[in-house]
Amino acid sequence: MGQRLIIEAGRTERQYWRDLWRYRELFYFLAWRDFLVRYKQTAAGVLWSLIRPVLTMLALMIVVKFGRLSTGGVAGPLFIFAAMLPWQFFSTALSESGSSLITNANLVSKIYFPRLVVPASSIIVCFADFLISAAFLVVLMVYYRFAPPPQVVALPLMLLMALGASFGAGLWIAALMVKYRDFRFIVPFVVQFGVYASPVILKTSVVPEKWGLRFIYSLNPMVGVIDGFRWCLLGGENTIYWPGFAASLLVVVGLVFTGIWYFRKTERTFADMI
Amino acid sequence: MSEPIITVENLSKCYRIGHLPAQGDGLRHVLENSLRAPQHWLKRRREKRESATEEFWALKDVSFEIKRGEVVGIIGRNGAGKSTLLKIMSRITEPTSGRIAIEGRVASLLEVGTGFHAELTGRENIFLNGAILGMSKAEITRKFDEIVAFSEVEKFLDTPVKRYSSGMYVRLAFAVAAHLEPEVLIVDEVLAVGDAAFQKKCIGKMQDVSKGGRTVIFVSHNMQAVVALCETAVWLQGGKVLATGAAKNLVGKYLSQPAGDGLEPALPLAAKPRTGTGTARFTKLTVGEQGTGDPASGQITTGGSLRIDLEIAARQPVREANVAVTIYDVNNYRLIDVNTALNGEFLSLQPGGLARVSFVIGELLLKPGRYIIELWLGRAGMEDVDFVREAGGFEVLADVAKANHSETFPGIYQCRFSHQISR
Repeated sequence: MGQRLIIEAGRTERQYWRDLWRYRELFYFLAWRDFLVRYKQTAAGVLWSLIRPVLTMLALMIVVKFGRLSTGGVAGPLFIFAAMLPWQFFSTALSESGSSLITNANLVSKIYFPRLVVPASSIIVCFADFLISAAFLVVLMVYYRFAPPPQVVALPLMLLMALGASFGAGLWIAALMVKYRDFRFIVPFVVQFGVYASPVILKTSVVPEKWGLRFIYSLNPMVGVIDGFRWCLLGGENTIYWPGFAASLLVVVGLVFTGIWYFRKTERTFADMI
Repeated sequence: MSEPIITVENLSKCYRIGHLPAQGDGLRHVLENSLRAPQHWLKRRREKRESATEEFWALKDVSFEIKRGEVVGIIGRNGAGKSTLLKIMSRITEPTSGRIAIEGRVASLLEVGTGFHAELTGRENIFLNGAILGMSKAEITRKFDEIVAFSEVEKFLDTPVKRYSSGMYVRLAFAVAAHLEPEVLIVDEVLAVGDAAFQKKCIGKMQDVSKGGRTVIFVSHNMQAVVALCETAVWLQGGKVLATGAAKNLVGKYLSQPAGDGLEPALPLAAKPRTGTGTARFTKLTVGEQGTGDPASGQITTGGSLRIDLEIAARQPVREANVAVTIYDVNNYRLIDVNTALNGEFLSLQPGGLARVSFVIGELLLKPGRYIIELWLGRAGMEDVDFVREAGGFEVLADVAKANHSETFPGIYQCRFSHQISR
């Protein structure tokens, strides 16, 4: 017969995490749906997940060339793309998961399932795009005959950090957007501004170390992630400023935990609010 | 068979209606208030007191029990709290106070095809919807053929559902949910769509479900379906349980209860929501029985002649327009459509002109119950001048003098008939 279900006001559902496990296939199905639907009726199809980052990279390359900026001792496209990879992932994941509850409002207001599934599965879709872009980076490396340094083995850890940053921030935005639609306007701005606030074009080393400026800069979690990616993929001059990296990591961990906490706290009012 | 599977105790749900500045949903208000910290607390306290009057109790102290294997109908007028109750039961929203205990897995079908994605094919949607409703992939694969057979959309499995007819859409959606095999199935108004044959099939499926020892909770405005399907019913009114008991008795009482006592206030015709160009408008509607004292009583006895009087005021010229009256039952089935064009007459009006139009529908053999009147003025296929979807209604009362049997049988048409029994 199964379990006994109690519905009560303010009850922190003990079965929440068990439910999450039971609905684990829903992660996959929602992600699968979004991926199928995303490029329906487009001529270029999945190519779009390649065209976007490549075009952005070319645009940033122009800035780098004209500004005669340092590219950390490697070819410009490699330098930019190694940073673009996590940045693009973070920015799309943030906007997609942030608006995921709103775009799935019909589900949220009609059917019960752990709401955490919705923003999480939209991040999975962005991750698929990320893998496609990553393949392009490999092509670039082959073209420039560039072999990554041995620390490339640490890349999965950096990836985990990028995932954490997008997931934590995405949960905050998703939960907040249910109540405050203002975030629909804030997120694109953050994403646009973020390219310059994160070391996508520049090296982190241009930020002076005095007065702890670099440390403060590293409180932007993407600083740590991008530096980590460059260090793993390119090495050489692209070193990591470890205290800053630790700060970024701490911020990411904080984002994940507070994100889950806030999401869980507000989750039960979603259906009434949305 | 007798232990309760669902126990609802003192369940209440409060919604806050109306927007108060300090509790507004905009981020600006929150920022503003945190900036104006000193006044903030004072203001907040005052508004809290005011907000007490802004509360709306969708459910108040609702208690009942449902036994295993029962099929229970939830009935009540719009705004009675039916949907809120179902939403709480399906864990979509939380109650304000009280509790529900449910033994076993709950599946709810609150809206047809929720979670269907228009761009995906029927096949893809079966998997997606199944997963959303809580089925595992293996479970869906196992029941896939059964679902497809039930839905009768085999030929269109690889067509995006956006190209489906609404009937196909509903069939597919119901088929997925019906194969979920939960201990408790919650169904809301799905039968309102789909053709009669499929409705029958759905009812049959739900009966099978209940025979298998599972419980079905069914909400509908379709009283025939409630009587056909449910043994017991819970009647909600104004967020409270008005009565529980055998479905047949409750539905009978529900239908014979005079209308307009619900939460919907009777709007004057001029203020009713409408569409159309508005060059002329219906300004008055009265309904009554021809030949009795009050022509605006809003009541008629089965078999009497219905008299409908209308007034139409024109602001701009109206040429050759048709005046139509359509009668619906409470399930929104279109029953009667009478219009002046059928008699070969059209209405023309000068600006500022006023016309009175009356219709008499002779020998109205509708069963006792409530019916809705829709008004339309316009030129077919060219323009709607004034279209009022729910302009008014009337009540058909049983002809007590002629009745030999006190019970009202389901159905809408009270025909004159004779019969013969031979032995």
